[in-house]
Amino acid sequence: MKELFILAVVTFFTLLTYWLVEPFAHSQMHKHIEGEGFAYKDLPALTKKGDAARGKDLVMGAGACAGCHGIEVEGMPAPMDAVTAAASYGVNPPDLSNAGAVFDPKFLAALIKNPAHALDLEHKYNEKSGKSYPMPQFYGAGGDIDQEVADMVAYLQSIAPKKEELTPNQAFETACGRCHAIHYPYELDGKIHPSWTQIGEKPSFKKKQDELAFEQKVLDYQDSLTKYLGTLPPDLSMYIRSRGEHFIKTFVEDPQVYLKGTAMPRVGVSAEAAEKVIEHLEDVGDSKRHQRASVGANVMIYIFIFAIFAILWKKEVWRDLH
Amino acid sequence: MKNSSRRGFMGKAFGAVAGVGAVASLYAMKRSWDPLPSVKAAGFTTLDMSAYQDNELVTEKWRGKPIFVLKQSPDMIKKAQGNPKDMERLIKVGNDYFMVCVGLCTHLGCIPGYNPDEESFLCACHGGMYDFSGEVTKAPPPRGLDIPPFKIDGNKLVLGETGPEYEKMLADGTTLKV
Amino acid sequence: MAHFTKATSLHDWLNQRLAVDTLRRVLATEYWIPKNINFLWAMGMVLAITFGLLLISGIFLLMYYQPNVELAFDSVNYTIMQEVGYGWLWRHVHGVAASVVFLIIYIHMFTGIYYGSYKKGREMIWISGMLLFVAFSAEAFSGYMLPWGQMSYWAGMVITNLFAGGSLHADGLVEWIRGDYVPGQAFLNRFFMLHVLLIPLAILGLIGLHFGALRIPHVNNQDGEEIDFEAEAAKYKAGDKANSKVIAFVNDFMSKDMMVVGIYLIFFFYLVFYHYDFAMDPVNFDPANGLKTPAHIYPEWYFLWSYEILRPFSTDTGLIAFAFAQVIFFALPFLDKSPNAVPASRRGLFKYWFWAMLIDMIILTAMGKVPPEGSFSTIGLYAALTFIGLWIALPFITKFEKKV
Repeated sequence: MKELFILAVVTFFTLLTYWLVEPFAHSQMHKHIEGEGFAYKDLPALTKKGDAARGKDLVMGAGACAGCHGIEVEGMPAPMDAVTAAASYGVNPPDLSNAGAVFDPKFLAALIKNPAHALDLEHKYNEKSGKSYPMPQFYGAGGDIDQEVADMVAYLQSIAPKKEELTPNQAFETACGRCHAIHYPYELDGKIHPSWTQIGEKPSFKKKQDELAFEQKVLDYQDSLTKYLGTLPPDLSMYIRSRGEHFIKTFVEDPQVYLKGTAMPRVGVSAEAAEKVIEHLEDVGDSKRHQRASVGANVMIYIFIFAIFAILWKKEVWRDLH
Repeated sequence: MKNSSRRGFMGKAFGAVAGVGAVASLYAMKRSWDPLPSVKAAGFTTLDMSAYQDNELVTEKWRGKPIFVLKQSPDMIKKAQGNPKDMERLIKVGNDYFMVCVGLCTHLGCIPGYNPDEESFLCACHGGMYDFSGEVTKAPPPRGLDIPPFKIDGNKLVLGETGPEYEKMLADGTTLKV
Repeated sequence: MAHFTKATSLHDWLNQRLAVDTLRRVLATEYWIPKNINFLWAMGMVLAITFGLLLISGIFLLMYYQPNVELAFDSVNYTIMQEVGYGWLWRHVHGVAASVVFLIIYIHMFTGIYYGSYKKGREMIWISGMLLFVAFSAEAFSGYMLPWGQMSYWAGMVITNLFAGGSLHADGLVEWIRGDYVPGQAFLNRFFMLHVLLIPLAILGLIGLHFGALRIPHVNNQDGEEIDFEAEAAKYKAGDKANSKVIAFVNDFMSKDMMVVGIYLIFFFYLVFYHYDFAMDPVNFDPANGLKTPAHIYPEWYFLWSYEILRPFSTDTGLIAFAFAQVIFFALPFLDKSPNAVPASRRGLFKYWFWAMLIDMIILTAMGKVPPEGSFSTIGLYAALTFIGLWIALPFITKFEKKV
């Protein structure tokens, strides 16, 4: 009994120290943001039902989207290559093939009408600063602008992969890949994916000159990005372990809450796409999590058996000693 | 005493349980020693067979080893057709024939040099010689140059993968497994 | 030349050459330990097992780790954690064991303080143990540099800056330690050498000294009773194990040790697989960046009490207090002026000294982690002053202790 009391005292002081040093101290160091679950409460809800066919006409026509944006799935490559586009605009206008599956429809509608507002970048792009956002606002094609915008969003959704078919990799590349690199290769379903650079997956080269030419292109792109944003967005390879799921989700939902004045835009991902992005970050930075869980379960069962046999042995040896 | 028959039983039982853990740990240690996935993935080299010239030896790389690729000239093909052992060593890609061998002498592993005028290989270490199809012509090498596993893919050759032509070479004893 | 006869068996052959029977008696079957002990006496074995886990996991990490500033971070977080078969397991075991070993060290240390196991002939056990604490601290610090994350870099920067000695401005010394103006390749490589070779050798030697220092005075017991080991051993060998006050190391003490180890390993492996952030701080999953300091830099938890003694004071005073804190524990056997080698509960004022010291160190630990602002820095200051005060008070309160 005395031993149990001693064990209780030791356990108490250990848990007390742990609580002070971990949960308590960390709560003092970092504020906890709950997040809205990607509700985008400040953006107006879509009131009109969109028509994809009309939307396509607008996207190709009055919307003038194809002037800057490629739509690979429709066989339309981007008008400029990524490096030149980044040098011209600061960022590379994204291909729109997956936009309908990755971004929240409310967000897309708000973005088309007023990009700087939807992206939460009005602290940088406003009348006072005199800077205007590279993507111009859509003022309408003469009809009901809300209907037109709803149509354009419907079109984007119609050409995008279905929600269930959107892969984690696609979600990441569309939502984050134009600014953030991931230099860790990763294996998924038996296939090895090479490093991701802001201009695409790094190919393998036979000749050193070709490899160096590619790397130069990446560096030129990164220079444009740094000039535009003020700093180079970090490589995200280990972010799932350095930041964790909760921080990443709440940060992506509204970067300004954690880093006021940051150049990172509000990305506008839907809740489901955010899950896929997290899954991709886990595939890249914590790819052994499944094995860790299964080996862990087996080891815990084994170690319980080990402890039981140790206790039984001790009892056998100490029968004569007490 | 009633426990004399159980004496040491729990100790042995506990030892056995501990032993199971030790064996499991040894398995994990063995797996840590295994070649990494990136090493195994790099074990494939793709050769574009349209890029070679007649009787011009090109040394490629596969799994860290030099690979001799020698496109056979029409003259060499005629000579080879007169010697079935030579023809068995050559790989036909499209309308061309190639010698594709590991560029390490089968005697003790030095890299032989090629003489295009003589259409033969000479290993400087101990004087072994091979002909233009890699067959050994002068001792001390015990056999012809080894042929790496290959698979014909259009006009490309993938070293590290196996195709029916390679399987036949193994079955006929034309080459040993590399 | 000693006299050798034809061996009758393999056992006899080894016995004639290595005296295996004598070794077995002296180190195992007739190594007498008091029976009147509790599970805290198993902490030594728990430490040995944990050190073994560190060594073995370390061996497999060493197979793939690259001590180069460009490659180190990825060799750990990509190659070992995601490519090597079970590489993640070795890293998790190594990181968790490195943290948990200090919990056990502190429990082991405070057990020794509580039961007076540092006095009356056991001073060398205490001193060799404190040297082991210093060696393990150096091993932990050097190891933490190796992943070359943000915390590795900035902890390296801050701790080596201490050697500038405040007003002494010994910047040349700091540069000499680093091998460069800032923590860089030279720094990483030499701490790799320390972590992998030099300090482990020192630890192994000190463990030998620690075990040797224990042999003659014998292990202490829960009541501080002076035992006649010869008489009790005779009782045991005659067959009266139940009435003997001693037990044999093998199998008696060992089986109780293994029971404690078994239960400990449940706790340990739970942490390895399910709860490891305390041992693998997220900040260190950012690659080292000499141009960007993290918002919060803090040492690992086991250094926090010592770090907090440094913080509340001005530079020079803080350094003096810090140096005091590192060495003062060595002096315990000599500052404790009482001849009583009994549990603290029977030692009057020392009982209060013990719990005050324990609680004070926990408060220092907590304050060392939180930002040094507002009430936290005030509490930290008082806790640091209490620490110093307790040590100054020790000789006085023990001098007037009633002999038990």
